Amino acid sequence: MKNHKKVYVYKGFERFWHWNQALLIFVLALTGFEIHSSYSLFGFETAVNLHNKAAWGFIILIVFAIFWHFTTGEWKQYIPTSKNLKAQAQFYLLGIFKNAPHPTQKTLLSKLNPLQRLVYLGLKILVIPVMVVSGLFYMFYRYPQGSNIEAINIDSLETVALLHTAGAFAVMAFVLVHLYLITTGHTITSNLKAMITGWEELEEPATDEPQKDESDETK
Amino acid sequence: MKRFTTAITFFLAIVAPLLIVTVVLRQPEEDHTKLEELRAKYPVRHHSGTDHSKMEALQKDFKNPHEITAACLSCHTERGNELLHSSHFRWEREAYIPGRGITYLGKKNLLNNYCTGVQSNEGSCMKCHAGYGWSDKNFDFDNPLNIDCVVCHDNTGTYAKASGAAGYPEMGEDGPDFKAILGSMGLPKSENCGNCHFLGGGGNNVKHGDLELALLTAGRNVDVHMGVDGLHMNCVDCHTAENHILKGRHYGVSSSNDNRLNCEDCHTPYPHQKSILNEHSIKVACQTCHIPVYAKVNATKMNWDWSSATRKKDGKGYAITDSAGNDTYLSIKGDFVWEKNVKPEYAWFNGTADHHLITDKIDTTQPYVKINTLFGEYRDRNSKIYPIKVHRGKQVYDTENLTLIQAKLWDSEEGKGALWVDLEWQPALEKGMEYVGLPYSGKYGFINTEFYLPVNHMVSQASQAVGCAECHTRNDGRLAQLTNFYMPGRDRNDLLDMAGRWLLIASAIGIVVHATLRIIASRRRQTAQQH
Repeated sequence: MKNHKKVYVYKGFERFWHWNQALLIFVLALTGFEIHSSYSLFGFETAVNLHNKAAWGFIILIVFAIFWHFTTGEWKQYIPTSKNLKAQAQFYLLGIFKNAPHPTQKTLLSKLNPLQRLVYLGLKILVIPVMVVSGLFYMFYRYPQGSNIEAINIDSLETVALLHTAGAFAVMAFVLVHLYLITTGHTITSNLKAMITGWEELEEPATDEPQKDESDETK
Repeated sequence: MKRFTTAITFFLAIVAPLLIVTVVLRQPEEDHTKLEELRAKYPVRHHSGTDHSKMEALQKDFKNPHEITAACLSCHTERGNELLHSSHFRWEREAYIPGRGITYLGKKNLLNNYCTGVQSNEGSCMKCHAGYGWSDKNFDFDNPLNIDCVVCHDNTGTYAKASGAAGYPEMGEDGPDFKAILGSMGLPKSENCGNCHFLGGGGNNVKHGDLELALLTAGRNVDVHMGVDGLHMNCVDCHTAENHILKGRHYGVSSSNDNRLNCEDCHTPYPHQKSILNEHSIKVACQTCHIPVYAKVNATKMNWDWSSATRKKDGKGYAITDSAGNDTYLSIKGDFVWEKNVKPEYAWFNGTADHHLITDKIDTTQPYVKINTLFGEYRDRNSKIYPIKVHRGKQVYDTENLTLIQAKLWDSEEGKGALWVDLEWQPALEKGMEYVGLPYSGKYGFINTEFYLPVNHMVSQASQAVGCAECHTRNDGRLAQLTNFYMPGRDRNDLLDMAGRWLLIASAIGIVVHATLRIIASRRRQTAQQH
């Protein structure tokens, strides 16, 4: 067995961003599906108000997150790789039941396994942009009209609304699976603890590189 | 660098959320400046510059009402000419209707599914004409002395036209006190308008449902503008006039989108504090949310079935009255359905309309004949959703010629063919169609008709306005009938929703199976280790 070392994996902002995003997605989903008339909870008017406010919060958070990703170079975490992709899939389908070791070593420079990279990248460049853009269209949507609000003049809300609904289902499916996969760390709770405290016990790489400061990463 | 990162982190973690919370959650102060302006403007009553009781020309003993008109016109020299061009006198308007061209339509020649029409019945109907003597086709619409000034401008509330007298009042000792009446002449009061507009169709609130005598005495809970405990506004405060042409349209008889009277004229197009409500005004008329129900005090007629008319008991006509005092059956008119506190129906409407003319052929494959057609649809930029009173009827038509029939309903004497006097259909139909100069085959039946009256009055207080969820709801919302557009909360794509639901179910099943397998595998390993 390799040595384990406590490493500060998730920085303060990263955790702030993650948990706020989690809260906002929860509120957005709860109110969003009420607006969709899937159930009745707050009442339509309150649901719409909460949804719109949470949406703005989400957008502001995303702007900060994008800034953070680029200034810290953390965006590179999401560059997809085919290396270990098959092995990672096999781990979740087979190895995990045999207590096999994680095929991808989690390091500070590579926090995400190849499957995570793919899924999170998909969220970041496809699902969330679709939700934000369709959401903004939804908010600033103007009916075919002859009066003086001419911000966006499209024919029907239907396409926008259906895209937004489809995206909502995709995010919900992600959240479900994501919540479960939290338990697949070294121990049942190690992933959760890491996202709360920032610290996680990582296997020390074979070539024992010194821990790097972020400033060195911005090449 | 590290310090910079710390600063940014601090900003993001502490300051940004506070900023977001303050910006997003801050409720703006309610701004009622516009309403306050209107409240200051409208209680100011009109004070006439003339005391008509001091006018010698008016304090004479008039032999007939034409002389009264002549006396009025001796000072108001041009007003007669104005009236001759007004719809209150002519009962028709010139209008362009797509598919028909220029038309001259109005109460004068149109049909409805209440008392159907005035032609051949002028002697009775013209009790509500702003003129004297329109008893038949020979009435002179170009003689200013045929105008009745008094019916609109009497401020004593005592003037009345006689029944069945083609618009003439009684004269002499049995007639109204003209000295007092003419001395009071001034701007029309709501009572003047109401004499006809509240009582149209044969009784109080019969026709419109939102216009009735109760408006004269009710509070703001019935009509926020006219309420006696509020601004107590008069009809003409809104329905202003220029040269005797009043603003406002009734689309039972009007066709064109001009000289209308809109809430926006006073309240501006975007009067709400919440922009999401102002956005609604692009496609939803003010009335749609602000008139949640009409006929708030007295019931209005919703259905009129002429086919049961002419029944007799002991050789005579009879009436059946319900507990509220409304006639539910009259031998002269048939069966009625009355309703109170009615939720309107809704339709896209752009301010233009067509009408079923008596010469138009009926398409019997349709479930009903549309007495008038309100134009408009979702994609039309000028259309909004309006509340509508739909009056449904069953009325007489010619089964051979496939046209609606104008029946002769009224006459002062028996044996002249009038339905209301003789209780016989056949002669009433023959006489009526003979009068309008159109063929009648001799065979008649009854056909379902619908008449669409946009609801504009009995505006409720803002707190009573229709709530979001009354339309934004899955089933049976107020707009359930308007299906050609996507509305959040009401509409969904069933396929997409099913796919989404199955995606979530499949994910959940996958998780449960995977977790179960993990637990089983982990137990096996533990047992294996123990051995």
